[in-house]
Amino acid sequence: MQALRRSMLFMPGNSPRMLQDAAILGADSIILDLEDAVSLTEKDSARILVREAIKTIDYSAVEVVVRVNPLDTEFGAPDIEVIARVRPNTLLIPKANEEEIRLVDKTLTKIEAEEGFPSGGIKIIALIETALGLENVYNVIKASPRTVGVLLGGEDLTADLGIERTKEGEEIFYARNKVATVCRALKVDAIDTPFTDTNDHEGLKKDTARGKGLGLTGKAAINPRQIETIHSVFAPTQNELKWALRILEAMEEAEKEGQGVFSLDGKMIDAPVINRARRIVDQGVRLGLISGEGGAK
Amino acid sequence: MKITKVAKAGTLESNDILIMVSPKDQGIIELDLESIVMQQFGEVIKQVILHKVQEMGVEGVSIKAQDRGALDCTIAARVETALNRAI
Repeated sequence: MQALRRSMLFMPGNSPRMLQDAAILGADSIILDLEDAVSLTEKDSARILVREAIKTIDYSAVEVVVRVNPLDTEFGAPDIEVIARVRPNTLLIPKANEEEIRLVDKTLTKIEAEEGFPSGGIKIIALIETALGLENVYNVIKASPRTVGVLLGGEDLTADLGIERTKEGEEIFYARNKVATVCRALKVDAIDTPFTDTNDHEGLKKDTARGKGLGLTGKAAINPRQIETIHSVFAPTQNELKWALRILEAMEEAEKEGQGVFSLDGKMIDAPVINRARRIVDQGVRLGLISGEGGAK
Repeated sequence: MKITKVAKAGTLESNDILIMVSPKDQGIIELDLESIVMQQFGEVIKQVILHKVQEMGVEGVSIKAQDRGALDCTIAARVETALNRAI
């Protein structure tokens, strides 16, 4: 079963205290950051610290994602060379474009062969934070079968677009739509940009719901206090679960009777509705809200 | 590996360790450790530092370490960084 990525929590890569705590903060994924959270003079130090942390600390309860530096800097290639050898679950590639994702894929394939790791085991999430990357997001994802998701970087994207970043986020409406649609089409996760006011929980809730409403599947966090709110928005409600379970029950009955299309409460139920119900039930099972047999807990 | 200059790595924040290395004559490894958990873990911390020095094939070095409760993996990482910076 694919890991949930409702929340992805950024942790600074050069902070031993935060690296120690990262696994127990409740996020589905942790992003050990070698890029923006680390000063230029500490890039070497953070790279080695993150490598040792992954080797030693038990992160088995979370997905370990490492954000490496951009490949057009002197730090990007050494980051991948060092970090891939301790087999993180996933690399987050900043300012992703098609060529770079291809290059990362090739480098990972070489390292996996040298280290005896299963080929293709280390996954990629593309950080889309440029206008070019956004317009080319379909090809960026298709550039490697390792790509399991896209994270939208709202701050850098709006800087690249030369527009103001606001709390309401109207300016990234198109970007969220585009990323959500392409990711749904290619069946990879679409992760929303973080909400940067860590004291505004109402604002975070609204912002997360806005992303979910457009089809995004998870959200990045920059503070552990944001995780619970994000999870509450992405969890299916009891009403959604009840609805989905009824649809699937009715579908089984219809199948027994040899009906292709059926109706429930006077509404015709067809494949898209069934797929939506399946997704909700699947998520409910993964979150432990209902049992694997489909019964409500 | 020959240490040619003074270098530092790490911080004095909690769960970290500040390592300062400086050149010494070949064959001499000096270690001065100060730790908030000296009584319980002093010997283990020294072993982790000296193991890393040996692993990296350092010929002569003086190490001053100020520990603030770092895990072994942090100690090893900071020693490695300091030694790399001192080449």
